[in-house]
This record gives sequence, C-alpha cells and structure tokens, in this order.
Amino acid sequence: MKNDKYIPVIGLEVHVELKTKSKMFCSCKAEYFGEKPNTNTCPVCLGLPGALPVPNQKAIEWCVMIGLSLGCKIPLFSKFDRKNYFYPDLPKGYQISQYDEPFAINGSLKLKIKNDPFDKTQAFGSEAQARRGHPEQSRTDEKLKIDEEKIIRIRRVHMEEDTAKLIHQGQDSLIDFNRSGVPLVEIVTQPDFESAQEVVEYLKKLQQIVRYLGVSDADMEKGNMRLEPNISLRINDKELIGKLPNYKVEVKNINSFRFVEKAIEYEIKRQEEILNNGETPAQETMGWNEKKGQTVSQRIKEEANDYRYFPEPDIPPIRFTQDQISKIKSQIGELPEEKLKRFQAGFGLSAYDAEILTREKPMANFFEETIIVGKKHNVNPKQIANFLINRDIDINLTLPAQLIQIILNATQTDQIDEKELEKIIDKVLKENPKAVSDYKSGKQNAIMFLMGQVMKNFKEKIDAEKVRILIMEGLR
Amino acid sequence: MKLNELTIKEAREGLKSKKFSSVELTKACLEQIKKHNKDLNAFITVTEKEALDQAKSADELISSGQDLPLLGIPIALKDLFSTKGIKTTAGSKVLENYVPQYDATVVKKIKDAGAVIVGKTNLDAWAHGSSGENSDFGPTKNPWNKEYVPGGSSSGSAVSVASDMCLAATGTDTGGSIRLPASFNNVVGLKPTYGKVSRYGIIAMASSLDSIGHFTKTVEDSEIMLSVTGGKDIMDATTLEKKHEVKPLKKMKIGIVAQYSFMGIDKNLKTLLDNADKQLKKLGANTEYISLPNTQYATACYYIIQPSEVSSNLARYDGIRYGSARQNFGDEAKRRIMLGTYTLSAGYYDAYYKKAMQVRTLIKQDFNYAFKKVDAIITPVSPTPPWKLGEKINDPLKMYLSDIFTVTANLAGIPGLSVPIGFSNGLPVGMQILGPQFSEARLFQIGYAYEQATQWYKQKPKL
Repeated sequence: MKNDKYIPVIGLEVHVELKTKSKMFCSCKAEYFGEKPNTNTCPVCLGLPGALPVPNQKAIEWCVMIGLSLGCKIPLFSKFDRKNYFYPDLPKGYQISQYDEPFAINGSLKLKIKNDPFDKTQAFGSEAQARRGHPEQSRTDEKLKIDEEKIIRIRRVHMEEDTAKLIHQGQDSLIDFNRSGVPLVEIVTQPDFESAQEVVEYLKKLQQIVRYLGVSDADMEKGNMRLEPNISLRINDKELIGKLPNYKVEVKNINSFRFVEKAIEYEIKRQEEILNNGETPAQETMGWNEKKGQTVSQRIKEEANDYRYFPEPDIPPIRFTQDQISKIKSQIGELPEEKLKRFQAGFGLSAYDAEILTREKPMANFFEETIIVGKKHNVNPKQIANFLINRDIDINLTLPAQLIQIILNATQTDQIDEKELEKIIDKVLKENPKAVSDYKSGKQNAIMFLMGQVMKNFKEKIDAEKVRILIMEGLR
Repeated sequence: MKLNELTIKEAREGLKSKKFSSVELTKACLEQIKKHNKDLNAFITVTEKEALDQAKSADELISSGQDLPLLGIPIALKDLFSTKGIKTTAGSKVLENYVPQYDATVVKKIKDAGAVIVGKTNLDAWAHGSSGENSDFGPTKNPWNKEYVPGGSSSGSAVSVASDMCLAATGTDTGGSIRLPASFNNVVGLKPTYGKVSRYGIIAMASSLDSIGHFTKTVEDSEIMLSVTGGKDIMDATTLEKKHEVKPLKKMKIGIVAQYSFMGIDKNLKTLLDNADKQLKKLGANTEYISLPNTQYATACYYIIQPSEVSSNLARYDGIRYGSARQNFGDEAKRRIMLGTYTLSAGYYDAYYKKAMQVRTLIKQDFNYAFKKVDAIITPVSPTPPWKLGEKINDPLKMYLSDIFTVTANLAGIPGLSVPIGFSNGLPVGMQILGPQFSEARLFQIGYAYEQATQWYKQKPKL
C-alpha cells in the first residue's frame, strides 16, 4: 500500500527458534511444544545461583549458516553480551545476547514484489526504488502485474536465548521454564520496507530459507518465528530519502503473517491521521489485538531502554577461522532462489511452476526423484510438474515410481484417438438395439456386452472403466 | 598432637596405616567446632550427621584398600559453594533458607575424592568485604585475638583451618578474599589462575575475577587440594587445562615490586617482608626489583569492573525466587549494585567500564613484561596486619584499600599463593607469591621451600 503524501518506513526484527536437540547454554531438551511445564530444566536454564552457561556449538553454527544464507559477512571475532533487564520470565535478570559483535552482519534478501501497474506512486523515485533491479519478468498476461525486484538490507543476525513462558491463569501468573534458554536467532533488517506486502513477502522468503536449511521449523503457531515490525511514515519528498522520521512505533511479538500485515496497515492509517493533524505519533511499543483489529499501546518510551549491555564474562569470545566458516558454508546446500533458477533453466519449467515446486524442500526433492524414475519411461519433467501441481498429489503417500505409473496410465488413455472411439461407440449402440433396450429396462449386465463390443472394435489398448463411462453417457 | 591439628598429608598417612579412623578424625574436628565456633563464628552450618556418615563410608573404603586423595579428610566449604540438600546462604539473609538442588563442580570433586564435609563457613555477604564483618550471620573473629578481624571475605574458611576445626577449607578470591584472610590467620591460601578451577555452582560475585581456591595448613596440602579441584570442567566454559614447566629454585629469579615501597606498608610488616626476601635469597633464589607501572590504577579499575559484574549477578535475587525480598540486601551489596548499575549505564559505560577494561589490559601487560624478567613476584598481601573489629566497617573506601596488593592478580588472572611470614604484635601476616598463568607448581615450589625453612605453620593460636 503506497500513499501519495507519506511513504511508510518499516524495519523488521524476526526471532527464529532453532530446532537444536539441546538448549543454547545447557544440555536440556530444546523442544518444549506440548511438553509438561518445567520438565526440561536444570540449574543453568533456571538461572540458579552459581550455574554457568556453556554455548551450544551447533546453534552457533546454524546462526552463522542463516547469516551466510542471507549474504551476510561473518566477522572472525564475536562475543556474547549480557542484556540486563527485569522480567519474571528472565530468571537471571539478564538475557545472554549479542550486542556490538554479532555473528553475522550486512546481508540482504531480494524480494519479488508483485505491483499494481496502475499504481501512480511507482512513478515517484524513492530510496528503495533506487536499489531495485531490473524487472525480471515484466509482464505476464494472465496477471497483468509487474514483478519487480527489491533488496532488503539485513543489518545483523545474532544469537540469543529465549525466555521462559508466562502463563496467566486468573489472578496467577505461572512460569514454564521449558522454553528458557532455547536458542533464538534474531534477524534485523534496515528500515527498507515500504508496505505490509513487502514485509509479508520477506517473511515468506525468510521462513522458506530457514526451513531449507533445516535449522528451524519456523512454525508460526508454535511460536518458532516471532515478528516485530517498527513502523513510521516520512513525507514523500525526494529531499527526505534516506532520512528516518523522528519517531518509531514498534509492534511486538506478532505470531502470524496475516496479523503482521494487518498491524502494519492499521499503523500506517493511524499514524497518517495523526500526521495529518499536524502532530507526531508517540514513540511507543504496541501489541496487536486481533479481536479489536487494532494495535494497542504497551509502553511509551521516553528514550531508549538502558539494558546496560556488557560482555558476558562467563563465555570466552568466539574466534572463527576462515576454514571454519568455509566449512559451515559448504553445509548450506541449495537455497530456494538457486533451486528455482535451476528448475526453470534445467527442466524448462515456467517461473510459476518452479516457484510452486521449490516452495518447500520435500516437494522439490520429490519432484527431482520422480524425474529420475521418469527418464526410464520417457516421462519428461514438465509432465511431472503438471501432475504434481494440478492433480494435488500427496507426496507423503505417493512414491516417485507410483507417480510415474499414474502419469503413464493417464497419458495412455489420453493418447487414444477420441474421435475414433466415439464413432465406434455410436456404431455399437446402433447395431445392438436389444442390448440397449435391455440395459434401459434395468438389466445391468447388458452394458458388459456393449463394452466388450466396443473394446473388440477399438484396436488400441484402452481403459475398460473409461469405455463404461462413455457408453453410459451415450445411452442417456 | 590432637587429630584435628594434623595436616592432610599427615592425616592421610595415619588413616592409611590405621593409626586412627576417619570417624575419630571427624569427631575431633566436630568437637573443636563445638568448643570454639560460638566465639569465633566460623561456621554458618555444621553438617555433623552428614559428616559422620561420610566418615563411616570413608573408613569402609579405607578398609577395602581404596586410596583417594582426600579419603576421610574433614573439609569445610565456604557458604558460597552450592551443596545439594544443604542450605547455602552466601552469608546473606536473602538466601537464608536457600537449599541448592545441585553440588558445585568443586564440591562434587572434593566429595568424589573421599572428603568428609563438616560444614559451611561464614563469609562477608556475597563475598563483599575484606574483614569478615559484613556477614548477615555475624562477624567471624580472628582466633589469634578475638578483638581483631580475621580478614575476608572467606573469613570462616580461614579461621576454621587456623583453629583446627577442619584440615582444609575452600574459598573464593575475587580481589583477595582468600589471600587476605590466609595471611591474617597464619595459614596457606591459594588463589589459582582464573580458569584453573571450575566456578560452576559457586555463587558468582564478579564472574571475570572470581577464582576458586582453598586454605590449608601447609603448602603441600594446598597442592593436594588443587590436584583434586583443578582442571577443565565442561560446565564452565572459562576453564582450561594447561601445564607449566618447573625448574629448581636455585635458578629462579624472584621479583620485588619497586612501586610498592611507596605504598604505605606497615613498618613491622615491612621488616617481616625483608626477612622473607633474605630467607629466599638464603635458599638460593635471586631477587631483583621489577616495575608494575599501572599497578597504581588497579584498585580504581577493580572497583569499576567488580561492581559492574556484581550488579548483573545479583539481579536474579529479585524476590520472585529464593523466598526473600530485595530489601534483605545489606548496605555493601546495595552500594555495589548501585555503583555497578551506574558504571554500566548508557553514557557512562565508555568512561567507566570500557576504560577500566582497557586499564585491565595494561595491568596484564605489566605482568607479562615482568614475567619475562622474573619467574615469580613476592609482595605483601595487605598493607597492614589485621585491624580491630569495627575499625574500618564504616569507611568503605578504607576497607577497599586493604586490597591494593591483591586485586592486581585477579585483574590479570594470574595465581597467587599466600604464605605466613611471621607475626606483628602477636597477629599473623603473610606474603603472596605471584606467578604467570598456570604456574601454580612453581608457586608451590617456592612456598614449600620457604615454609620448610621458616616453619611458621607450626605456630597455633591459643583458643
């Protein structure tokens, strides 16, 4: 959504929970969904006196992997810091996070934005547009939309620990420490988004990447992925490109793409009204209330929170060698973007088909396995793609070889001379009036005779069921 | 000689040769505690029942021919060490009723080595203090003169060893909390290299400075204790395993810090230090002056870094857990929380914490440079002998300055061994032997030679 008078300036913080076996700083099980509260805890994640954190190497590698997948630089020196603040879900009184030396910095993610070609605002120059690449696919007739590329700059990717979970029951607030210390990766963008749609597009991509990497299920409902957009509006004026407004509204902990879209759109409208009245929206932290369909103020910030960050003395700084980083890089495998390109170029798929087939890795893998089987039976990738996309094949219940069989069966019947078959059926029905009247008077067996006649006259191999259906249609 | 007066080494020999049992030895210690703890206030908790059970098991193991480094030896633990099922107060009302659900790594190691735990010793609350007076459970008294402070913060541990209530006791040293009370009680105190002994399970004071050590009657015993407690621990990411070469004392050069001559050292103490210097020369070592130019900034630097970390480490005692509300913190803890919160605040961090960390690097470099010239350094532990109870309690700055010679080792992460060097007006004083990181073996070597020549450890307080 663009606006003539104002341009939205949106940045995003995304928390992704990693699916490592153990927690970030202790050996407790990291999976907490559906577990009995406070069953996966130890002195470390309970923050008991004297307990010390020992970092999970796998989690750090995965954080670096996410960073690399987003085109980030990986500094050879990194460290953990303490973020000091009080909250009942934080048993140590500080969260172990990263402040000024995160694991990954300065990356980017390319979006394909589907724009309305009649949107006037596109004619206006903007900072973001200046970064846009050439439209890859300028026009597709069916959609009448322009696909454009836009780069979202990623500021940093850092590692931290999740907090415990507060459960409010009537007057009581209960704390479940199963979630305390679960590895959390925070991905922070520059304020490069100009619409809710761009944000959603980015989130889908990000979700797809972490799923491809196999480092998180990124399941929104389970809270594996949590979203915090910060939104402000700037006046649509070339002079102001790249300048940030003097306020920022943060919306905390949104757990669905749809809600994030709604919250952003709501905020844009709300802030626009305030600005139109000649006022400045307050710098505040909001929550999204789905029932009311609006953002709700949680706290107004006079200035930035003082978290009194300092280097975590319990964990020595982390020093990588270039070799270690290369090794992590080599574990990444093919990312959605590359796979999509390969599917298009290598298998002659349309962008549309390739996008559907690469959306999830299991589907892409199934597709490729089926291609191998298909080669032996002269079934080409395009046919397989069509079947997978149009026939709603459940890849969890179908083997690649079975899919090829389905395709073969279907194509055999498809290839027969339909007109010839029609003629023969007509002929058989005319030449056998007795059987026809027998069938019409209720003798079901008569159809078997007619089927036999048709199949005898038709020289090609043909599916009996298909013949039966066609005869019944002819008898109507 | 009474059994409780034995050293670890002597007791191990006696137990092995069945001259006496661990139960007898343990009873002798418990008897001594019963007799004198009321006056000295060395223990917060005495674990008599557990101790006798452990002693019995130890005797059974000894009978079955088992040999473990501390088998059957009665040991006390500073009440900062988490002990499963035994309350651990940190000397503070805030944790008055806190019972840990796990053992600190060092506690586990000591138990696994066969030791008998006789109790938890008194300390300045949260290990904040140099005199032992800052305990919420009352001050510990110096057994050499009960009107004097025993030194802190590991006050109860030092006193328990000095007054033969146990054969050894654990301590923590963040700015001198082992070395100072060791010197004030005529016992041997080791502050190991940072990273040599696991901190896991020991209530944190200032995490980048806390060193886990112990008090013993002799240098040899100190070495035995370190052989049990030291080594890499998978539960403490800052621990390391490193070895250091050893060479004969006759080939060693020992440094004396030139700057310390001007730092207001007590006259009697000065004489005793000179004697110690002469003694080391007599033993064949060469001594020479060295320079630690940034040492003058050590206390200032320490009193920024330490409270900063304290303010963060004490945040968890928020009144939600552990039962006691925050108003139970004493003045000293509150003072450090406020100081530390201030020095870490936005706008002040660069001027204080960051600057202090830079100075810390310079202090480390001073030592690195010095240890290129000498093998070890000797310095006084404190600028004065023990002072009277109450003398400095209302003057925090004066109290802080009693640590001027000890905090440098914590800032640099190097080991320090405090050994007795005699008495000033009937009160014990000590010197510390400092060495490069992981050079404990060298410190023991120097300490042992000096101790054998002087035998100060044979002097006992009249209780």
